[in-house]
Amino acid sequence: MTVQVASIFGAVVAVSFGAIGPAFAEGRAIQAAMEAIARQPEAGPTISRSLFVGLAMIEAMAIYCLVVALVLLFANPFVK
Amino acid sequence: MTSPLHEPELFRLGPLSVSGSLLTSAGVTLFLSGFSLVLRSRLRPEPGRVQAICEVIVTTLLEQIEEVTRKDGRPYLPLLGTLFLFLLCANSLSLFPGLAPPTERLETVFALSLTVFVSVYFFGIRRHGLWRYLKHFFRPTPLLFPIHLLSEITRTFSLSMRLFGNLMSHGLILAVIVSVAGLLVPIPIIAFGLFTGAVQAYIFTVLASVYIAAAVEDHTPESTQGAHRA
Repeated sequence: MTVQVASIFGAVVAVSFGAIGPAFAEGRAIQAAMEAIARQPEAGPTISRSLFVGLAMIEAMAIYCLVVALVLLFANPFVK
Repeated sequence: MTSPLHEPELFRLGPLSVSGSLLTSAGVTLFLSGFSLVLRSRLRPEPGRVQAICEVIVTTLLEQIEEVTRKDGRPYLPLLGTLFLFLLCANSLSLFPGLAPPTERLETVFALSLTVFVSVYFFGIRRHGLWRYLKHFFRPTPLLFPIHLLSEITRTFSLSMRLFGNLMSHGLILAVIVSVAGLLVPIPIIAFGLFTGAVQAYIFTVLASVYIAAAVEDHTPESTQGAHRA
């Protein structure tokens, strides 16, 4: 297997498996926020602001995987 | 397919390499500052329509900053408000044909997050003085100094990567969809991209204000925890 083929597989694995964890995490975060807002609608603005910031934190993990995949595809240090 | 990590050079201006994102971000800056300068010269006690809209925007920004920092937000309004408005305009640039948001390039987002990085130190040192501010790196024990240092670097890096990744991946997805299905199908995706851009501008600003708030707050043992958010 050449380095190019290995990099393509690496990029696929990075994005596909890297999307699983954040997807679960975002689902759980939104579920908890929805329950909290349903229980206490007057706390909605505060909860949704924290939700957005938290989602951004979680999403950063998926973005890192995407960046790793892009580095493998476009800026691979082992391919001349 | 061109690499989204590398930006082609349009032309050279002496030693300066000019790229598309440089031109578009300069254009957004010129638009915002020109608009503000024109508006400032026409400020009146009884506001017209444009002035009323701008007053609502500025007051809302101030309220949001004060809710996040839980302090008087006026020292931070110029920086954070400008960041938000710049990002909002820059992320919506994909509406215009032929233009791309400058924030989908690494250079722009690194410059923006470096601004936040430096301003955190600026506000922290101005509030506490140089020595007292630097001492917070050695709290609660000097053993944590490497962790503090790491968190300073990684949170700046992740701030820029979040913005870059979201904007760039939206452009990538759009390119794939256009190449698969032509007319009308990409329109909802473009609309969703506008929403993503606005949310990312909001998140960037909120995180910047969280970092600044953590730098200027009084360092009691239980309140330093906000500083470790990556």
